[in-house]
Amino acid sequence: MRKAAAVLLLAVLATGLALALAAIPFGRDKIVVANHYIRNGVRETGATNLVTSVVLDYRALDTLGEVTILFVAAVGVGVIFFAERPPQRGPRQAASAIVVTGSRVLFPLILLFGVYVFLHGHLTPGGGFQGGAVIASGVLLLYLARREQTLHREALGVAESLGGLLFVGIGLLGLAISGTFLSNFLAKGQPNLLLSAGVIPIIYTAVGVKVGAELARIIGDLVERE
Amino acid sequence: MTVLATILVAVMIAAAVATSVFKDLMNAVIACAAVSLIASALFYLLDAPDVAMAEAAIGAGLSTAIFALAIRKTERYEA
Repeated sequence: MRKAAAVLLLAVLATGLALALAAIPFGRDKIVVANHYIRNGVRETGATNLVTSVVLDYRALDTLGEVTILFVAAVGVGVIFFAERPPQRGPRQAASAIVVTGSRVLFPLILLFGVYVFLHGHLTPGGGFQGGAVIASGVLLLYLARREQTLHREALGVAESLGGLLFVGIGLLGLAISGTFLSNFLAKGQPNLLLSAGVIPIIYTAVGVKVGAELARIIGDLVERE
Repeated sequence: MTVLATILVAVMIAAAVATSVFKDLMNAVIACAAVSLIASALFYLLDAPDVAMAEAAIGAGLSTAIFALAIRKTERYEA
């Protein structure tokens, strides 16, 4: 009975989706807004990566909302584990020599790559979220290799808060200088250079640090409270 | 490219079905990571490298680790 209901519901959902998607002319003519971004994106924002020009310039407020959602998620994980009793970490089996040696070589490179991804977010694919996630995966590797070590929670909290404050602070500065929240008030510079696109690299650096610290903290909460 | 994409989609669907069928949740998590990895490759083939990067780092990397750690703290086998 329940299975039949599930199949029926799925069929209704699939039909609805198919009908809705059938009306969209995929791959043919682009809508007005998309055409505007493609034609004027580089000139208006200075970012050669058009995805970034949408994420951090045209729709920067949405990105602030996204960052807030991730923050709330990290706080939620922290609250769940805060209620638990302090962990009693017995001696653990050491990681194999391959993992330990590999992590020594790879961790600095992963960190460097993460920073590269968010610093070049306005030039090449990637940005704050991707770079932060890469950094957090490096922290995960560190946890796998050095099982007795713990993260410095206060430092992570400071990095997270500074990233968030920088994002909102730049938004407020834009409000003060040119009248709209999160407006790009710095000079656009010459496209394709590292120091171009106005406030976009600064915001992406803030987002990268914030996302990296938050995801690393979620991993740390899960690993350390065992 | 079409052949490659077809193969990838087929493997992806198989991994997605496996995710829901496996009773050992650790196996299900690995199958789920495979779905994310293939989705990331498909995003790259479809000229969306930004999304591909996010999917590979978060979907295939971090969420797999978070699921695995959560399973270690709870039950490994589905009742």
